Amino acid sequence: MSSVVDVALDETPTETPLSERGPAPTRVVAAFGFWLFLLSDIIVFAALFAAYAVLSGETNGGPSPIELFDKRHVFIETGCLLASSFTCGLMMIALERRQSGLTYAWALLTAALGGLFLYLEFSEFADMVQRGAGPTRSAFLSSFFTLVGTHGAHVTVGIAWLLTMMAQIATLGFRPMIIRRMICFSLFWHALDIVWIGVFTVVYLGAHA
Amino acid sequence: MSAQVESTESDRAPGSHQSSKDRLKSYTLGLALAIILTATSFAASSSNWVWGPSIPVLLAVLAIAQMGVHLVFFLHISTAPDSTNNILSLAFGVFVVGLVIFGSMIIIANLNHNMMPMDQIMDIHRQR
Repeated sequence: MSSVVDVALDETPTETPLSERGPAPTRVVAAFGFWLFLLSDIIVFAALFAAYAVLSGETNGGPSPIELFDKRHVFIETGCLLASSFTCGLMMIALERRQSGLTYAWALLTAALGGLFLYLEFSEFADMVQRGAGPTRSAFLSSFFTLVGTHGAHVTVGIAWLLTMMAQIATLGFRPMIIRRMICFSLFWHALDIVWIGVFTVVYLGAHA
Repeated sequence: MSAQVESTESDRAPGSHQSSKDRLKSYTLGLALAIILTATSFAASSSNWVWGPSIPVLLAVLAIAQMGVHLVFFLHISTAPDSTNNILSLAFGVFVVGLVIFGSMIIIANLNHNMMPMDQIMDIHRQR
């Protein structure tokens, strides 16, 4: 009997009971709420992945995935996004230590790598449209442009968000509100990288396998 | 100091971690693992390491492993008691994602299977 009580006490290290602790800190609430948004955003991508999986064979006599996709190109894009995810982490460490110079430097590098990724993606899109493989050519290409384009739109929004945050740090400084927004941004950026793993595996490598 | 107080007083939010030294270690390790997994899946997609038709399975395994690496080392999702909310909502998200993707694929495959071949549809139209 007493051992059960001991176990129960071990599980709650703090003296204040759960009912008297009050609301969780805003930082935790904001990040958790944003985490829920990200999960719902990933469900949106799941619907687009499902559409691509169903339609990727419907080429309507047009170009098929294996004819269109260049693996080396996608490998460089993947490297850009992965590196920008890493520099985003380094930016958050600099932010936590309140090193404004390093925060700006890593943020700029993150935005630049994201921009390079977007440039490569849009040059691929432009090349495909020029070769007569635009989104109107077949159901496969419609679903391809929707899936990869939605991811690209998210990256665009992310870069705009990061640049806005840099301006806010410059004008408002390291306030708790700004820190919270930066935490949400880093979650967003890492989540986009997770979605890209799905894109390069299903769309680009799946075509060659 | 403040991070420790926060972690005992309330649940942990995704992305938060104890010290910045631990975070740097975690990001570096995550990057190394992600590079290895990405390079492996790109190399595996046009290789003969495994029986040809099973390459998609190998790619799926590598992709899921890399998603796990990103979740643990970049987003700092753990199964610690103070991040139960995060892991439970993630589990629900994965459940819905699986339902949407595999549900759609099964339904459409079934519809394709049950669909009358095109020439027979044309025959019916001609008989009218």
